[in-house]
Amino acid sequence: MTGPHADDGIGRRRFLGYVLAAPTLVTAAGLDLAPASGPDSAASVQLTDLLDLNDLMTAAALPTSGLISVEVNGDGTVSFALPRAEVGQGITTSTAMLIAEELSVPVERVRVTLADARPELVFNQLTGGSNTTFATYTPIRVAAAVARLRLLAAAAAELGSPVTDLTLRAGTITDRSGNRVGIGTLAEKAAGTRTERVAVELTPRRNFTVIGAPHNRIDALDAVTGCKKFTMDLDVPGAKPTMVCRPPTINGKVGSVANLAEVLAMPGVTDAVVISTGVAVRAETFGQCIDAVRALRVSWRPGTVDGKSDESVLRELKAAELPLGPRPPTPVVEGTFTFAFRSNSALEPNCAIADVRADRAEIWSALKSPIVARQAIAARLGMPPGQVTVHVVEGGGSFGRKLFFDAALEAAEVSQKVGKPVKLMWHRADDSRQGRTHPMATSRVRVAYLGGVVLGYEQRHTSVSTDLGHGLGEIITAMAARLPVGDIGFAQTFFQLSQEMPYAFGVVGQLLSETGKGFNTGSMRNVYSPDVACARELVMDRLAAKTGKDAYRFRRDFLRDDRARAVLARVAEAGEWGRPMPAGTAQGIAFHAEYKSVSAALVEIDCRPETVNRPIRDGVSGPRVTKAVFAVDVGLAVNPRGLEAQMMGGVMDGIALALTAGLHLRDGHFLEASWDNYFYTRQWNSPPDLRIIVMPSTSEQPGGAGELAVAASTAAVACAYGRATGTMPTSFPINHGTLSFTPKPTVPPIPPSPADGLDHAR
Amino acid sequence: MPEYTFRVNGEQVTVDVPGDVRLLWVLRDILGITGPKYGCGINVCKACTSHLNGKAINPCAIPVQELRPTDEVTTIEGLAATAGADLHPMQRAWLDHDVAQCGYCQPGQIMAAVALVRRVAEEGREITDADLDGLRNICRCGTYFRIREAIRAGAAMD
Repeated sequence: MTGPHADDGIGRRRFLGYVLAAPTLVTAAGLDLAPASGPDSAASVQLTDLLDLNDLMTAAALPTSGLISVEVNGDGTVSFALPRAEVGQGITTSTAMLIAEELSVPVERVRVTLADARPELVFNQLTGGSNTTFATYTPIRVAAAVARLRLLAAAAAELGSPVTDLTLRAGTITDRSGNRVGIGTLAEKAAGTRTERVAVELTPRRNFTVIGAPHNRIDALDAVTGCKKFTMDLDVPGAKPTMVCRPPTINGKVGSVANLAEVLAMPGVTDAVVISTGVAVRAETFGQCIDAVRALRVSWRPGTVDGKSDESVLRELKAAELPLGPRPPTPVVEGTFTFAFRSNSALEPNCAIADVRADRAEIWSALKSPIVARQAIAARLGMPPGQVTVHVVEGGGSFGRKLFFDAALEAAEVSQKVGKPVKLMWHRADDSRQGRTHPMATSRVRVAYLGGVVLGYEQRHTSVSTDLGHGLGEIITAMAARLPVGDIGFAQTFFQLSQEMPYAFGVVGQLLSETGKGFNTGSMRNVYSPDVACARELVMDRLAAKTGKDAYRFRRDFLRDDRARAVLARVAEAGEWGRPMPAGTAQGIAFHAEYKSVSAALVEIDCRPETVNRPIRDGVSGPRVTKAVFAVDVGLAVNPRGLEAQMMGGVMDGIALALTAGLHLRDGHFLEASWDNYFYTRQWNSPPDLRIIVMPSTSEQPGGAGELAVAASTAAVACAYGRATGTMPTSFPINHGTLSFTPKPTVPPIPPSPADGLDHAR
Repeated sequence: MPEYTFRVNGEQVTVDVPGDVRLLWVLRDILGITGPKYGCGINVCKACTSHLNGKAINPCAIPVQELRPTDEVTTIEGLAATAGADLHPMQRAWLDHDVAQCGYCQPGQIMAAVALVRRVAEEGREITDADLDGLRNICRCGTYFRIREAIRAGAAMD
């Protein structure tokens, strides 16, 4: 195996990479080079100290990794196919920065694409758990460093100067006499005729010029000019628009179709066919698909959760709650919290292109688990996996949704049944009603204290089952036996690995129980943590009040390490914690640690009636977060500008989860079918004053960031709301008790296309 | 099938399509102009926002038969040309502020922003927080704050 070499005597680690046999310079490294971290200290007892989710995902891949390769092209550009999915989190940009740093080329000359499904990578092509930068940070740099070494050697021969007299800067190698040669010119000469192992050192952190400097996204120009291509923008010959008429209840099945021939005769319609999830129609335009879906008369068989509603699921959760244990003789603070179902729909709906022929299939979709998708699609089609090619397309958001490949499976099935290529899209109403959700959950907390000492913290999180069946589950299952957690399943393992208790609270017990199958669930950004942290931080506020302490100082005093205290102190200072506020407005402060990163949020909220009741057409106004300050320490920030963007997005998610965004389950279906039903944060809910503070790097290794900000933000908003209103909120989102829209019909399953657009021109 | 003629990004086009097909699908599925995105199909998310004769419209809600031959449709692809430059000032502001994350909503956001700036200028006033609060375009990545900053900067450059 490749891996860090022994100390070379000067304290720098050497890594083994490869030069591959190829016509141009191609260098590579194993994806197994990410360092695993050991226990923080011998005294630690938490599982998250021994190993967290990032370590698990990284360690799981060790014996099976393939290579990732950097290619130097004749035009002086450098290519790299990233075995991850870019869905907005900025990993193509940060990856280009890693290569630019190690290879001394301008970031603009690095072309990062997304790799097709590569089954030989096994577990190492899954985008999730905020793991990408953590796992790829070292391997990508090693591959680039090997290329650098080879280019310098080739330049030495070309220029007739020793390597020690050469400098590589901005893609050009110069000798002491000023003779120059571009790396593109050297690409062929530096190429390998056979595969060789090469030992390299990496640029030390003190010499970084690219890593750690803010950089704009490499795809920004394409995004603002409309050139960025998403799945539905791809022009695959013959792949005509396709949609599915879906059941009125979750996962219902087709009984019979009364008018298939009639629908087939509608304008533009080319095909109509029953599939496992509904009735698919293919047409010349999506507009005609919408009309055809609405025209279908289908009798439906029951779904998987028919008759269930918020109230009945809550009763099931209550019945499944694990006991908090015997009540201690000391004073306690307790809280019980309920979290509604939530939608992780991205703005780009579920979609995929499939071209299935008799002996092969080709799929295009934004997929975060493409290897599992390929296996599942092959099984659905009855083909050997080797006949299925899966292209990973850049995605229009994910938030966990694209860990699943529901649309790709459907597209493959339709294409096989009609014998033609299809471009399949879910309607927004489909995405909201039949798509994946963050499961409904309750969280109970009990803290025992005596005077100023906290003796113990118990939390019981009870949730409708989270579907982890997209590959991450398999990783955790595979590793679970090697962890000191006994015989527990992967959901519990995931929970234990992701829930770090940041406060020194004596004896800590946090347990998950799951119930209720049949819902389409999944890991929504930050998975369990927004709920778990929200419950914890609300109880923290109550505990501080009980013991007569300030909510900020109380947290600071109990935090376990310096990095944690630093981010909390930073938001308290920058956000002027404790400043006088008018009645009905208040601050909230919260902390969260995960993915080897620490974060803190301070928000100000306005709950005065004139704000809460401000008129918004077809929207929810409610309390307004007027200001947010968020501090983050990810250890080492590769791209502070991208990191800042991820934190901003996380804050918006936290505002939504606390205040406005929930799904209402009634009689086996969700009422929400539109962005004006499911109230994700809109401009009128967003804080006009938002400040992200990226702390100076404290580590040689980047931690995770993509999901990090959601938990502390949700909690801080909830805490601020409690302080402003004088009542601790216990049900989220806080507006869930009021239905703020008129539900759309479930038959037909999608609303008609409006025709009054010209009346709204402005 | 009937034919409909109108202008898109400075060029006359004629399409052969039933008249009730919404402009969004005529642009995307027939003309291959994919800058305007689908996000809801019911004029809620605003991801398809484009301009008709300089005003913001949502093509998911306009049957193609309602367009006249002289009507000028501008999508994100044609925005820069309306400013006679490689990039419209608003696009430059968007780049300066590194607004986009996944980028899916951004064409619609920019087109809505340009129309807002024009409206406010016609009213002879500065952009207010209330104007920005009034933008209905959804960004599920949560880029709202950078959008607000970019619009103010783009308005100043205009």
